[in-house]
Amino acid sequence: MNTASTNPAAAMSEAVFALTLALLLLAPLAIAGIALINAGLGRSRSAAQALLGNLALGAIAVIVFALVGASFAGTLGTSEATIHAAGKTWGVLGLGPFLMHGLGSAAPQAQLALLFEFMAVAMAAMIPWGSGADRWRLSAGCASAAVLAGVVFPLAAHWIWGGGWLAQMGANFGLGAGFLDAGGAATVHVLGGLAALALIWIAGPRRGKFPREGLSTAMPGHNAVYVLFGCLFALVGWLAWNTAGAVIWLHAPLAALPGTAINTLLSAAAALLATFAVTRFRFGKPDASLCANGWLAGLVTSTACAALATPAEAIFAGAVAGFFTPLLVEVLELAISVDDPSGAIAVHGASGLWGLVAAGFFAPQAGQLTAQLVGIAALLGIVLPLVYLLFAVLNRVVAFRVDPDGERIGMDLHELGGGAYPEFVIHRDESYR
Amino acid sequence: MKYAGLLVMPAGFLLTLAALVLFPDPTRRLAFVVCGLAVEAMGLVVAVRGHMPARGASRP
Repeated sequence: MNTASTNPAAAMSEAVFALTLALLLLAPLAIAGIALINAGLGRSRSAAQALLGNLALGAIAVIVFALVGASFAGTLGTSEATIHAAGKTWGVLGLGPFLMHGLGSAAPQAQLALLFEFMAVAMAAMIPWGSGADRWRLSAGCASAAVLAGVVFPLAAHWIWGGGWLAQMGANFGLGAGFLDAGGAATVHVLGGLAALALIWIAGPRRGKFPREGLSTAMPGHNAVYVLFGCLFALVGWLAWNTAGAVIWLHAPLAALPGTAINTLLSAAAALLATFAVTRFRFGKPDASLCANGWLAGLVTSTACAALATPAEAIFAGAVAGFFTPLLVEVLELAISVDDPSGAIAVHGASGLWGLVAAGFFAPQAGQLTAQLVGIAALLGIVLPLVYLLFAVLNRVVAFRVDPDGERIGMDLHELGGGAYPEFVIHRDESYR
Repeated sequence: MKYAGLLVMPAGFLLTLAALVLFPDPTRRLAFVVCGLAVEAMGLVVAVRGHMPARGASRP
């Protein structure tokens, strides 16, 4: 392994810089939407811990990323750790300056790219939090966010955004433009969804979720209004996120940005309608929380392909995501006993993977589909085992799961000493008898 | 069994890398990459089955 120079960023006009910066300042609304959805899909006795956890995990993630992660992502750096094999150079890890030294003198596009990565790492760290609702301890969640922001996210970000081996597949192997991920479908959503899966495997289901006999116990979210309002917040953030990503990572011209925003909206709308129809057909009435999951699945799908698709293709991609998301949520819970309160595995993981595949189909370059599939193989074959290993080790140091008493009285009282709704009476949970 | 599944998944990834290096022909390369993904999918299935909690368990 040795080091090699990388090409940082292309020139950018002041108008494009200002527009992209403004878009990135709206992007946190997507994070706010996810936070509301995570809180609303959990139980009322854990609502304050859920929202505080979203803030705390995001805070830990951005600080750890600033301290070490940004260096390994290599956004500001001019060198990287590489491997020479099969006559090619494979960039595996960025070697930028620690503590973002030289940020002020960096190229404008590199600065925007770094800001985008800060948003991305915060969201990636928060996605698993909703899956661990009602049982994942706050301290363990913070430790997991630190691991994701310091190790896993920078690795993926360098491979995909920092000129690493996935980004260079176009130049090295003639595979389209290399792995394309304009909005973070891979680095944020698939990574977050796979981290959620690893977390659920390690922490296990909520107490009483899967009884000895019969179907799994229904544990619906405590506030559908939070969930649905979170979807509206997320739309605003996603519109900004996808258009900013198109400028930063695909160097899209200004004329292409309205199309990207329209595709984002169409994908979410088609997904919502598909989920609405599926749940109406399956249950006789549309399901609010599943429809919210469908909407979010459409947004996640658009993250990968909104900048590359036509409007008709965006509708198709969103409709497919919306059709399969409620079915996958059902399969995960009923068939393979995965207790995922926020549906992050289906919504972020599976829809992100589908979006990346769809981008391969929609992109005009030859070989793009192969590039996308290789990127997906890297996510499943390296990132998932790596996250699982790191979380398993972390679980030995900081126990992920709260003790049974804490789970019984709720995470708010157990971890914070007070509930989100102090005037409400906490109901006894029949499943614990 | 759950660890075996997680070990199979990197093996599938290595197959996709091998496809990049060994097959210049786009069709064969794509087919081999899909085979690598299929191996990863098998590993994922094994890992999922290995992690399924016993019914009635209060916690794993």
